[in-house]
Amino acid sequence: METDFTPFASLLGGALIGLSAVVLLATHGRIAGISGIVSRVLPPSVDKAGLPQGVIFVIGLLLAAPLWMLFTGAAPVQVVSNNGPLLVIAGLLVGFGSVMGNGCTSGHGVCGISRGSARSIAATLTFMATAFVTVFVLRHIVGG
Amino acid sequence: MHIFSTLCAGLLFGTGLILSGMANPAKVQNFLDLLGTWDPSLAFVMGGAIMVTMPGFWLVQKRATPLFHDVFHLPTRTDFDARLVVGAATFGVGWGLGSFCPGPALTALPLAATGTLWFVPAMLAGMVAAKYTTTSRPAPRPV
Repeated sequence: METDFTPFASLLGGALIGLSAVVLLATHGRIAGISGIVSRVLPPSVDKAGLPQGVIFVIGLLLAAPLWMLFTGAAPVQVVSNNGPLLVIAGLLVGFGSVMGNGCTSGHGVCGISRGSARSIAATLTFMATAFVTVFVLRHIVGG
Repeated sequence: MHIFSTLCAGLLFGTGLILSGMANPAKVQNFLDLLGTWDPSLAFVMGGAIMVTMPGFWLVQKRATPLFHDVFHLPTRTDFDARLVVGAATFGVGWGLGSFCPGPALTALPLAATGTLWFVPAMLAGMVAAKYTTTSRPAPRPV
C-alpha cells in the first residue's frame, strides 16, 4: 500500500522528538532512548532510582494519541498488520535486539548520532541495513 | 516540576512520533521498501530530530549538571562488541517485520489496533529475556 510523501510533517514531528530528547537531558540528564527507558523499569534488575521518571515518561508517550484525538478530533492515521504470529515474532526481536544492542531508533539513531557516538552510528547503520533487507525479502521475495 | 517536565518530554515524543508518521507501520514499511513503494518521509524525521538534538545537547552539556538531577547519565563506552552489532541486527529484522520500534509501538498502544496488541507484550517479553542474558555480566547501561 502506498503512503503519501510528507516531508514537512515528518520534519516537524522529528523536531518535536528532538526537543523531547533535549528536555530530558536538560532536566534529568537522561538520554531519550525508549528501549533503555522501558527496559530499565522491567525485571530483572529494576532501576529503582530511575523507576518513577521512566514510568512517567511512558505515561506521557501513552497520553499522546488520546490527546491528539481530543485536539484534532480524529484518530492518528495508521495501518497495522493483523498478522498476529508475525507481529509476535517482530515484537520479540525488537525487544530482545534493542536491549542486547543497548538502543533503538531513538537512543542510537537520534541521540547517539547527535553525540557523535561511533557505537551508535555503527548500530544505526546495522539495523537500517537488516531492516531494508528484511522488508525486501518480505515484500519482493516472499510476498512477490 | 520535575515530574511535569518528564511527562511533557514523553508527550512531546509521542506527539512527534504521530505527526511524523513513525507511529504508522504502513509508512515505516514503505520507508524501508527502497525498491518498491518507497516513501522517503521518515528520513526527514531523523533529520528534523538531529537538527534539534545536535545543537540542543551541545548547549545543555555546557551546564555542569541537569536542572533536577545531580549528574548526566551519558553512555561512556566507545568499544565495539558482538552484542552491539548482533543486537542491532536483530532489532532491524524485527523492525522490518513489524514496522514498529519501541517508541511508536507504545504510542500506538492506546489506539488498540489488533496488531499493536500482539506486538507490545512480545516486545516487553523480548526486553526482559535480553536483560536475563546480561545480568550475569557487569551490565553496561542501556542507551
